Amino acid sequence: MNALAWAVLLSQLLLLSLLQVGGALAIAPDLHRLVVERLHLLTDAQFAASVAIAQASPGPNTLYVAVIGFQAAGLAGAVAMQAAALVPSSMVAIAVGRWGHARSERRGVIAFKAGMAPITIGLLAATSWIIIAEAPGWRHVVLAAAAAGAIWRTRIHILYLMAAGAIAGALGWI
Amino acid sequence: MDREQPAVLGRPESPRELFVAFTLLALQGFGGVIVVAQRVLCEDKRWLTRAEFVEMLSIGQVVPGPNVCNVALMLGDRLFGWRGAIAALGGLLAVPFAIVLALVAAYASWAANPAVAGALRGMGAVSAGLIAGTALKLARSVRGNPLGIPVCASLGGAAFVLVGLLRIPLAWALLAVGPAACVLAWRRIGGGSP
Repeated sequence: MNALAWAVLLSQLLLLSLLQVGGALAIAPDLHRLVVERLHLLTDAQFAASVAIAQASPGPNTLYVAVIGFQAAGLAGAVAMQAAALVPSSMVAIAVGRWGHARSERRGVIAFKAGMAPITIGLLAATSWIIIAEAPGWRHVVLAAAAAGAIWRTRIHILYLMAAGAIAGALGWI
Repeated sequence: MDREQPAVLGRPESPRELFVAFTLLALQGFGGVIVVAQRVLCEDKRWLTRAEFVEMLSIGQVVPGPNVCNVALMLGDRLFGWRGAIAALGGLLAVPFAIVLALVAAYASWAANPAVAGALRGMGAVSAGLIAGTALKLARSVRGNPLGIPVCASLGGAAFVLVGLLRIPLAWALLAVGPAACVLAWRRIGGGSP
């Protein structure tokens, strides 16, 4: 990949970083357009695999950007793309966090936190629902419900729950 | 069941402790680090109350960037400034970064294996359940909310319907319900500070 393509990619990614409202995957369609359709760095299948690998791997989903960079240009590509995707948004998050914390007694800030709290919780429920709906089937729902009950009411370690899900799936129960 | 929250919160001694905590937390997070973050930060380490966690997540959600990364950055920055922010985000990313790149090579040969595909499906179902359970747990933290329980339930329900059922992009859903919720909260809080 030539220097010009890199310049285009990284500058676009710096901008996309600031559009990641709603999580790392919010910019996946734009990134797909850029990396697969415009710059032809990855095939469609490689792009889809990048997202799948990051989701199956421990850590934040944003690492799918590193996987794309790695497939396109090795370790340097992974580091450069991940940094470009995170540095601008991180600056904003820190600045807004500081601004809000310094004014935490202001009526506007209190109103923001109070108003957004139930919405944030509703959105978590929506995230859960979307994952369930992607792979329907009553066994799926039963397993998810059991996991929900376990984390809600017990202090069982999360890795045990994950391992139980992995085993149930590997044995073909799910 | 409700009194799990201690009165006194702890705090990490150093950015290094923050880095280690976030590394361990990230390594447990398959398909939803936010679930592990909530458990570790609020229940194991007790660095944040549930209400504080929801507040940070709310901010992390409206600013760009992955939610859990933003929570890490804001918490780290609040505790130790820039060094803390870098330590927390670095912990969240460094080791998982190495693991995910190692998996790229393995994926091609394993993705077609039915047992591996099944295991991933099972883990997906569990992670969906974990997120739902975390939402239930955090729902208790709105008790002290000035909006009151019925309004909170309606707002949470509206967010769920818009994003979960109608599949409206999150940014639009936030614009649809967020401002109204904040204005309502502003009114309920009444006088006091300007």
